[in-house]
Amino acid sequence: MFILVVGAGRVGSAVAKRSLEQGHEVSVLDEDPLSHEQLDKDLSETWEDAGGRFTVGTALEVDALIEAGIEQADVFIASTNGDNTNLVIAQIAQKRFDVPRVVVRVLDPARAAWYAEQGLHTICPTQQAIEMVEQAAFGATA
Amino acid sequence: MYVIIAGAGKVGWNLARELLAKDHEVTLVESNRRRYLVVEQELEHAVQYGDATELWVLERAGIQRADLVIAVTGDDEDNMLICQVAKEKYLCQRIVARVNNPRNLQHFQLLGIRPAVSATDLILRLIEHEVPQYGLVQLLALEGERLEIIELEVVEGAPAAGKRVEEVELPEGSLIISVLRGGGGFVPKSDTVIEAGDEVLLILDPGLESSITPQFTTNGTSPTP
Repeated sequence: MFILVVGAGRVGSAVAKRSLEQGHEVSVLDEDPLSHEQLDKDLSETWEDAGGRFTVGTALEVDALIEAGIEQADVFIASTNGDNTNLVIAQIAQKRFDVPRVVVRVLDPARAAWYAEQGLHTICPTQQAIEMVEQAAFGATA
Repeated sequence: MYVIIAGAGKVGWNLARELLAKDHEVTLVESNRRRYLVVEQELEHAVQYGDATELWVLERAGIQRADLVIAVTGDDEDNMLICQVAKEKYLCQRIVARVNNPRNLQHFQLLGIRPAVSATDLILRLIEHEVPQYGLVQLLALEGERLEIIELEVVEGAPAAGKRVEEVELPEGSLIISVLRGGGGFVPKSDTVIEAGDEVLLILDPGLESSITPQFTTNGTSPTP
C-alpha cells in the first residue's frame, strides 16, 4: 500500500518508519525540513536510502500534496501538530482526492467525536489518555 | 440579529463596532489574551475570551441562537472549521468566512463555506475595474442567486458597436443593464445605440461570458481574464 503521512512529529514519523519496515511505500510531507531528522533517527541509513519519500511543503498547498503523492495514496494520515490543519487536510484528502482510507489525529475530544460522526476516522490521544488514566486510577471496574 | 464574530483583529473589531452601532447583538470571540484585554476595554461584555474553533467556546457564545456567524481570524483553517461547524453542527443559517490566502479559496469551496471573502481578490477586482486591460471585468457574483454582473469595453468594429440594444445578439439569460459613456453612466432603452468606446454592464447567468464577449470585441479575439 502507498501511505502518505502529513506531519513528521513523534506520531507521524514513528508510523511512517513502521509502515516502511512492513514493506509499504511511504511518503512524508512536513513544512519543516529539519523534521527529516525525526525520520533518520534510529535508522542505520537515511530515510531515502531506506526507501522512504520526503517532501517539504505546507499541507494546505495542493501542489505540495500532489508532489507528495496524494493522488496515488491508499492511506492518508493527518498528524501535524494542529487539530485544525489536520481536520481540513483530512477532508481535502477524502473529498477532493478520494483517498480510500483517511486517518486524522485530533487532540480535542469534542471535535474528534463530532467529526467522527461526520464520517472521518478520527484518533483522539486525549480521549485515550483520559480512559487510561481512569482505568489506572480506579481499576478495571471503572 | 444576533451575530458571532470569531477573531478580534482589525476586521473583527471594526465589524463588531459597526454591527453594534446598527443595534445588532454581537459577541466577538478572541483567543489571544492580550488582544482580548485590549478589545474588552471598549466592547466590554460583547467580547469573550476563547478559541472559537472549540465547540464549548461557540456554545458559551450562544451559537445555538446565532443568526449569523462571521469567521475573520488570521488563520484560514480556523475560519473554515468555525464556519463548517456553525453550519453543519449548529445549523446556523448564515455564515461569512474570510480568506486570508486566496490560494485557500478552493478549500473553502470544497467544504461548502460560502460566502468566502478574500481581501486580495476584492482589491484585484477593483484594480481591474480601474485599469480594464482585460476587456472583461467581473464586478459581482451572486452565487446563491446564480447571477453575475460583468463589465465589457466595446471595441471599435465589434458586432455590437453602432447597433441598438435590441439588435445586439445576446444569449438567453443575459441583459445589458447600464452603459458607461463619457464619464457618466445611464440605463439604456431598447433603442439606445451602443457606441465603440462604451463600457457596458451586463447581468447574466454564470457561464455565458464566452458567448457574450464576441459581440463586443472584433473577429472573435475575445479577451479572457
